[in-house]
Amino acid sequence: MGRKSGTILYLDGVSVSFDGFRAINNLSLVLDRGEMRAIIGPNGAGKTTMMDIVTGKTRPDEGEVFFDGEIDLTRHDEADIATMGIGRKFQKPTVFEGHTVEDNLVLSLKGPRSIFPALFHRRAVEEDRRIDEILAVTRLEAKRGDMAASLSHGQKQWLEIGMLLAQDPKLLLVDEPVAGMTDAETVETARLLKDIARTHSVIVVEHDMHFVRELGVKVTCLHEGSVLSEGSLDHVSSDPRVVEVYLGR
Amino acid sequence: MITGRFFASGADRRVLFTILVLLVVAVLVPVLNLAVPPDSMFHVPTFMVALVGKYLCYALLALALDLVWGYCGILSLGHGAFFALGGYAMGMYLMRQIGDRGVYGNPLLPDFMVFLNWKELPWFWYGFDQFWFAALMVVLVPGALAFAFGWFAFRSRVTGVYLSIITQALTYALLLAFFRNDMGFGGNNGLTDFKDILGFNIQASTTRSALFAASALALALAVYITWRIVGSKFGKLMISVRDAESRTRFLGWRPENIKLFAFTVSAVMAGIAGALYVPQVGIINPGEFDPSNSIEVVVWTAVGGRGTIMGPIIGALLVNTGKSYFTGALPELWLFALGGLFVCVTLFLPKGVLGLWDQWRDRGARRRAEADTPPPGDAPAIVRATPAAPAEHRALGAAPEPQPAE
Repeated sequence: MGRKSGTILYLDGVSVSFDGFRAINNLSLVLDRGEMRAIIGPNGAGKTTMMDIVTGKTRPDEGEVFFDGEIDLTRHDEADIATMGIGRKFQKPTVFEGHTVEDNLVLSLKGPRSIFPALFHRRAVEEDRRIDEILAVTRLEAKRGDMAASLSHGQKQWLEIGMLLAQDPKLLLVDEPVAGMTDAETVETARLLKDIARTHSVIVVEHDMHFVRELGVKVTCLHEGSVLSEGSLDHVSSDPRVVEVYLGR
Repeated sequence: MITGRFFASGADRRVLFTILVLLVVAVLVPVLNLAVPPDSMFHVPTFMVALVGKYLCYALLALALDLVWGYCGILSLGHGAFFALGGYAMGMYLMRQIGDRGVYGNPLLPDFMVFLNWKELPWFWYGFDQFWFAALMVVLVPGALAFAFGWFAFRSRVTGVYLSIITQALTYALLLAFFRNDMGFGGNNGLTDFKDILGFNIQASTTRSALFAASALALALAVYITWRIVGSKFGKLMISVRDAESRTRFLGWRPENIKLFAFTVSAVMAGIAGALYVPQVGIINPGEFDPSNSIEVVVWTAVGGRGTIMGPIIGALLVNTGKSYFTGALPELWLFALGGLFVCVTLFLPKGVLGLWDQWRDRGARRRAEADTPPPGDAPAIVRATPAAPAEHRALGAAPEPQPAE
């Protein structure tokens, strides 16, 4: 164990290829418990593939992936990993458009995940309280009864973050939370994520440098499937290799 | 409590209405057939009772398909197989009821077995002389097949058009198998010449009325069960799987289990529909497995409005009434009419007849609303926007727009 203890996520020497293309190449990344990390990198750097590996969607060809210091994530599938405490927000906001905002949260709330409890489910007071809380945090109280399809793009992003909160995960993977948001919404989202990071470990993948600066956390820059640079945003953005990758050769 | 919830929203009221109509029809039609003299204008002729009874079985089949297609996004092109299996289970019971009254007078073997020179009853025909056993098989056989099929298909994450093709292959394989004489199900001719059901003459108008009532009651019960499933948290999960399967999965749910449960329940409903159908039409043959039958069920459901409870029932009744008329008046045009209908519904009525009706009603309501409110300004961009008017007829979980199967 050794180095893994105290980590919430531990990736070591992870590689995966699709049809000969190495999407992730000997990637090593460690996230401490309670840490928030921003991951940047140009398109195709492997950010989303890394999330796929962590959430069980993609199996790595080699390397170790450990959650919470001891759980080998390569042995579990998406649903297992989600119930163990890893929540994921997709790049494209994905909510249940045919359900109300409230129902979206009801379906996300932590609890039994099998058929018969769902068939005979009755809402408990505790659940109502959690939903009220999450609606308040994500500022969607007024939208409670609205169809998720009627939300604006930014509100959908928020609802999806709210759904992650409802799951009560230990680790949140948030893929491009401010894509398509107005400046005001971006600031609000940074505030929300910093709030969440107080009690959860969070990985944020984002292109928007203003937003990353707003978060004020350690940054990892990925390139061609492995870590190019790591440190504070100033350190990373002054790294000549990062500059080269971003500006092109 | 039930009524309390019924009046909660428009969709629920519609379900109550459907159940009430079915219950009334279940009583009224037999009374009008049996108690009213034939020369009265209120008399319902026996052929009509049998015909509508048949339609009700179709409606039950369409509702079963809608549970998986409309609510769970699984476009099954093989639901006729479950219907036919239920029908065969009932047919086997009816065959055993014939006893020694068959053409060959064999007390044990049905006529076709005597004809094939079989000396003893195949093992899978044992027990079918008992109604309870046959009734159990009506539920178990389609249910078990759906469970086994779904177990493999959903677990290996076959979705969309590929799944549809496999379901089609399933019913086609069964069609070919049941055509074979040595399968032991009467081959090409199927099972027919039924005499009694539960000791009553199957041709008697009282029996026909009873079967009609049973069909209407079964449909009412299925409507109730579907409504309860769809309204539960599980029902919301079905819709979630339909609209965003991977989101559901990443929330920790197992879409394969959700689909498997829905598919199995649906197959059982289809099997019951088949079992009620066979004594009313008096025959079951491998033609029921024909893939085109299953596709017709999809058309009924689409015409009525998938993702609603009332829609598939309306669709089945409408299309089959049309079919009865057309095949009488212009038999050679029926298939063209059916094809054209499907194309038109897909292009112009994506939510079916029921969707069209809602649209009209909405438009009327909106026109009335616009008359006394000023046009809305630009909605504030950020989250503190004022709540929009809640959707008027939020059908139980029905998506604002039905999603394609894949």
